[in-house]
Amino acid sequence: MEIFLFQFLNLDIMRQAWPLILSGAQMTVLLCLAVIPLGLFGGLLVATGSISQWRALRWATKAYVDFFRAVPPLVLLIVIYSGLPFAGIRMSPFMAVCIAFFLNASSFYGEIFRAGVESVGRGQWEAARSTGLTWLQTYRFVVLPQASRNVLPDLVSNTVEVIKLTSIASVVSFTELLYAADMARSVTYNTSPIVLAAVLYLIVLWPVVRLVSRLEHRLGH
Amino acid sequence: MSALLDVRGLRKSFGTTEILRGIDFSVAAQELVFVIGPSGSGKSTMLRCCNRLEEPTAGHVFVDGVDLMAKGTDINAMRRRIGMVFQAFNLYPHMTALGNVTLALRKVLGKGREEAEAIGIAALDRVGLKEKAGNYPSELSGGQQQRVAIARALSLEPKIMLFDEPTSALDPELVGAVLGVMRDLKEAGMTMVVVSHEMRFARDAADRIVFMADGQILEQGSPAEIFGNPQNPRTRDFVGELSR
Amino acid sequence: MTGLERFQDAFLKPELIERYWPDIVSGIAVTLQIAVAVVVTGLALGLFLAVIRSYRIRLLNLPIIVFVDIFRALPPLVVILIVYFGLPNLGINIPGFAVLWLVLSLVLAAFAEEIFWSGIVSVRKGQWDAARSTGLDHWQTLTSVILPQAIRICVPPLTNRTIAVTKNTALGTVIGVGEIMNQGTSAMSLSGNATPLMMAAVAYVVIFVPVVALGSWIERRFAWKRA
Repeated sequence: MEIFLFQFLNLDIMRQAWPLILSGAQMTVLLCLAVIPLGLFGGLLVATGSISQWRALRWATKAYVDFFRAVPPLVLLIVIYSGLPFAGIRMSPFMAVCIAFFLNASSFYGEIFRAGVESVGRGQWEAARSTGLTWLQTYRFVVLPQASRNVLPDLVSNTVEVIKLTSIASVVSFTELLYAADMARSVTYNTSPIVLAAVLYLIVLWPVVRLVSRLEHRLGH
Repeated sequence: MSALLDVRGLRKSFGTTEILRGIDFSVAAQELVFVIGPSGSGKSTMLRCCNRLEEPTAGHVFVDGVDLMAKGTDINAMRRRIGMVFQAFNLYPHMTALGNVTLALRKVLGKGREEAEAIGIAALDRVGLKEKAGNYPSELSGGQQQRVAIARALSLEPKIMLFDEPTSALDPELVGAVLGVMRDLKEAGMTMVVVSHEMRFARDAADRIVFMADGQILEQGSPAEIFGNPQNPRTRDFVGELSR
Repeated sequence: MTGLERFQDAFLKPELIERYWPDIVSGIAVTLQIAVAVVVTGLALGLFLAVIRSYRIRLLNLPIIVFVDIFRALPPLVVILIVYFGLPNLGINIPGFAVLWLVLSLVLAAFAEEIFWSGIVSVRKGQWDAARSTGLDHWQTLTSVILPQAIRICVPPLTNRTIAVTKNTALGTVIGVGEIMNQGTSAMSLSGNATPLMMAAVAYVVIFVPVVALGSWIERRFAWKRA
């Protein structure tokens, strides 16, 4: 028991690692502030494409969505960060993470938004168009607000996934929370810094996970 | 030519099925025209072609002299002049009654919030629901929802209003208030085309009855003519069936 | 060299494809084995926990809920690193692939428990009453009346979640498990060429695109049951 506490919940080591972990946490927050809006924006584009009148565009979005939902995000990230330089395209870890997350998150958010848009009845479109609203105005003011509300639990739960996923940025040496914690671990030969990082993730995400369960159970009936 | 709505040679097919097979009819200003006929006769489709929610396969629709089918016509500008009321109300569930009424005022006519809300409140007042302005559709009865939908169309000062079975989705006890609003509109001089099965109302309030079957207009005339002395055998069957 | 040749030289060099083909294939074998193992243990454990929870014994429910919440909230990579680097410090040595299997199974179990549980509570209470009134006990009611109804609404989310967790086998590369990605990246640094990495990426696409397509097909097939 003592050795367990020493290895996993070592307060001295946590205190030493704290400044490093804190700066890592800040980078994680920064990263989330970049990739979540990016993903949501891309998802809207994808959803709009997937309900398009033009068959070619519909198929293209379908292929995009299926492809990027299939590729594990870590694979995508490594290909972009380590593979593209062979084609003469070099970028910072941050940039690589943003691109990978845009491709990955937009396809997941896109599927969610599409389901939401499809859940809004044809009558809503007709009523709005009959008052003279354009397609875009109808989409923006009448359909999307209802669509996002209908799929709110899915949007929130996918956002939790995106936040968790930012931890893979550590693999391309982006100095976010997990990277900082793992650095502290490798210096101290002690697992406590990563446990501390886990605690930070839990503090932020546990309430959201609870909320998602609530939302899902409420809408389920 | 004083026709406010003029439909000429209107045809509509879905795939190989012909729903409308050449419709010609016109509605004068301040006229209330009732369209009746068996289900599947194309009444609703005809109505929905009048603001191009349904795209006609052939023919022309003129509203206030403007050809809706012409290339240069701004359909959205015309649509706000053509109010439409739906069987299923189609209120926006994420907006209050007032929000439902003011959306097009703000986005299509570009009015400011205050002005739009003043107009919206006035429109809700006309249908007797001023005090429900802040309620969401889910908090209203079916009849109240339909009256909000009428206010939504009314607030845009339409030249003509199209009613697509406005009372069919309502419980019987809620029908009266909606018909009351429609009667008020008629008295205020609104031009209306109504697809409905409310025959009592048709008899009382309509200027003209149009009988449709199989995608064609078979007969039209005053309520007295159509209900009292129908000429076409199909009309006779339909009216007889109803009065039994 | 033309642009296309240069591209081929960097990303699709035939002799490298030939040389590293066996490595990638062995990576595929490892990935598939771990994936199958994770699916089996994860789903089984998830169902087991949901069944326990249906007995509504507070002393057991609390730890289940805490377990489920924690593993839904934590990034899998964080847990993998804690287990992989932490256990040896306690004198417990388990190989990387076992760590990957263990952690991903727990993650899948957490999500699966939540989904099974939602399915169980979505069955109307009258079904319990009816079954119990005919003399069935809790276990019989659950297995022959409730679960068969619940499973329908569980299948689509379960499929999606299972696919998502399976894709996480790629995380094994971080702790040196010889799965596809690991084979690809180590061959890339050995050869100084991106061809093996591309082979690895293609392998993932070939494996997962059909799986994702199957997933959306299942989702559509079951969609009409809801609503």
